[in-house]
Amino acid sequence: MKARQKRLLFIVFAITGIGIAAAMALQALRSNIAYFFSPSQVIAQPPPANEVFRLGGLVVNGSLNRQSDGLTVHFKITDNAATIPVRYTGILPDLFKEGQGVVAKGRMQPDGAFQANEVLAKHDASYMPPEVADTLKAAHVEGIVETVKQQQLNANPQP
Amino acid sequence: MIPELGHLALILALGLALIQATLPLLGTFNHSATWMALARPLAYGQFTLLTIAFACLTYAFLISDFSVAYVATNSNSLLPTLYKVSAVWGAHEGSLLLWVLMMAAWGAAVALFSRHLPQITLARVIAVQGMVAVGFLLFILFTSNPFERLFPIPPEGRDLNPLLQDFGLAIHPPMLYMGYVGFSIAFAFAIAALIGGQLDAAWARWSRPWTLIAWVFLTLGIALGSWWAYYELGWGGWWFWDPVENASLMPWLIGTALIHSFAVTEKRAAFKNWTVLLAISAFSLSLLGTFLVRSGVLTSIHAFATDPTRGAFILVFLAIVIGGSLTLYAWRAPSISSGGYFALLSRETSLLINNLMFAALTIIVLFGTLAPLIYDAFGWGKISVGFPWFNKMFTVLAPGLVIVMGISPFLRWKRDRFMRLIRHLWWLVAIVLAIKLLLISQVPIGVMIGMSLAVWLLITHGASVYERLQQRDRSQFTLKAAFIQDLRGSGRSFYGMIIAHVGMALFIIGVTIVSHFAIETDVRLSPGDSHVVAGYRFEFKGAVSSTGPNYHAERGHFIVTDDNGDHVADLFPEKRAYFGGGMPMTEAAIDPGLMRDVYVALGEPLGEGDWAVRLYYKPAVRFIWLGAIFMALGGLLAMADRRYRSTSPLAQITPTIAASGSIKP
Repeated sequence: MKARQKRLLFIVFAITGIGIAAAMALQALRSNIAYFFSPSQVIAQPPPANEVFRLGGLVVNGSLNRQSDGLTVHFKITDNAATIPVRYTGILPDLFKEGQGVVAKGRMQPDGAFQANEVLAKHDASYMPPEVADTLKAAHVEGIVETVKQQQLNANPQP
Repeated sequence: MIPELGHLALILALGLALIQATLPLLGTFNHSATWMALARPLAYGQFTLLTIAFACLTYAFLISDFSVAYVATNSNSLLPTLYKVSAVWGAHEGSLLLWVLMMAAWGAAVALFSRHLPQITLARVIAVQGMVAVGFLLFILFTSNPFERLFPIPPEGRDLNPLLQDFGLAIHPPMLYMGYVGFSIAFAFAIAALIGGQLDAAWARWSRPWTLIAWVFLTLGIALGSWWAYYELGWGGWWFWDPVENASLMPWLIGTALIHSFAVTEKRAAFKNWTVLLAISAFSLSLLGTFLVRSGVLTSIHAFATDPTRGAFILVFLAIVIGGSLTLYAWRAPSISSGGYFALLSRETSLLINNLMFAALTIIVLFGTLAPLIYDAFGWGKISVGFPWFNKMFTVLAPGLVIVMGISPFLRWKRDRFMRLIRHLWWLVAIVLAIKLLLISQVPIGVMIGMSLAVWLLITHGASVYERLQQRDRSQFTLKAAFIQDLRGSGRSFYGMIIAHVGMALFIIGVTIVSHFAIETDVRLSPGDSHVVAGYRFEFKGAVSSTGPNYHAERGHFIVTDDNGDHVADLFPEKRAYFGGGMPMTEAAIDPGLMRDVYVALGEPLGEGDWAVRLYYKPAVRFIWLGAIFMALGGLLAMADRRYRSTSPLAQITPTIAASGSIKP
């Protein structure tokens, strides 16, 4: 085989190989990504019933409630603007604590609760998942705006 | 005083690195033998200075000098001595220092062991190493100085992250870094060759053993990390497709392609362009790995608390290294002769398929790792890529790769005949098909495929060893004598390949069995309760408080018995709270075995002495790491091949490079 033919063959191989891999990869990726939503986003725009997504925020203080079977827990996740109840059966990560940042992966249930099949809390006490940090920041700004609006409303009651 | 000495050593090392990056290289252009001769002593000097800096930091840890901020945040006077030493590289600053120290060590090793290397090549290799060292030393001195003092001096340190207080993790980063940094040698050789415009078999022969040893370290480092995650995180998984794991896997995948591509470049002088590109990619991906781990742009269980200026610095550095080397490549590559012709059916083609497959796998991992960043950048939302996606991608591509792996040792270089191949392989294919038929009704389809691929690898490689020995002079040698003679001679790289590929077969067996037959259960147990998993009966005897050197623990006691009621093991999993951190830690208890692991991890106390408990049965999980050990052994044996050390007639091509530079006296 001549050098030019060989190079051509090589390029054809490379392009088809990478092309096929890319097409397959993208196709499969679509069914395997999990979006991240904050509680406010879920309330504002509920995701389809069967979509697996990640819900993140802070565990509401005093919301952790262990069920009688010993392994099922109920708790609430908040971004300080909205709160969503979560159910999970299994062992919680070591760093799971009320008032701490957490990311849960699962589906919304018809009753408005989030059924988690995976709960992640980070393995570093000072570490906050970036998504959760962003969520809290956003919710914080919105919260201030809401409060200001409320105050204005209170100050100038509509006739 | 000692920390200042370390700081001074770092500054001097930067100065030396600047000289190292320029003078020897200039010497190769203006033919100054004196300047080129500086390369060796500079490499040794760099190594000495960084060793001093590293020793100073280690000393600060050993005497618990909490006036050094890095020591205060990562150590504690109660920390056991072993972990005081490993704490040196337990966080960002120290691990970077370890990185540059290792790079200097690699440079010094090249200077020491490459006596037969032409001066001009050595000068260029050491200079390229110096350039990379300048980048890293600037980074350390300006953004991550480990010797920074703290005032007022805290009375006690904050303690090392408890997750890192473990033997596996004490040696995991050094191994991994040896691999990462080792690719800088392949990179430096490639850049040196591009600068000189001389890419030939001699270049491949010099780079190959260095690349192999780096690959061996990386293989062991990744396996150690996987083993650590398995027993330390208490999740019982051996691979999580975590961004940090992916960051170490990418250089490994490209490095694997590189060592195969080197074989073609050395033996047949083909694939030169491609090999250079792979060498550049392997090191670039190592740098990218550092960037991903250090910048905190990706959510990861390993992510340390991070600092955006560091991320920006590494990103710029990455851009300079990758951009610069690719520009040089684009400029020089067209002038490189493509060399060695080969037919469609030849060993070259099979190695080409290997290379493309590994490149594709790397791209998959890279894309999957960066997809969350890409989505975020385009405002498509915040996503995470689930590990089923990675698994699916790998299980789609891997069988093809493994099939070619089995055929490749039988293929001849340059040109082969299809009928000859059939004559050699038909009975091996028949055995595998028979196994498939036998298994198909017995086990899940995934197990059938995985096991038949493993068997395919084992029998093809066994047969190719037999065939190689058959070809020896039968009148002179018995098979055994032929084998020993082969090992003494030039056969080491061949047997290294065989052992590494057998390692791959073991790995496949482990992955197949553990992913189909592992059992994991979470249960609530009261003292005296028992639970049966896969025929093993776990009896919970309760948990008691105990105290370690720097932690309190709740220590559970489990008695494991098998089907017949025979005693298997007493397991003592712990839940620890370290004095320094207060962050709870799960210490799993494992009864290891070649064929199965029995694994218990404490979840959380549920009151009245009850605990949530994880019980695992992990068949053949050890095969995964055993496979990695085999791969590493194979790599070591291949590296020990005599032709890398002797100056055989073939190695005498080397003077052509020296001639091209025509050194003035």
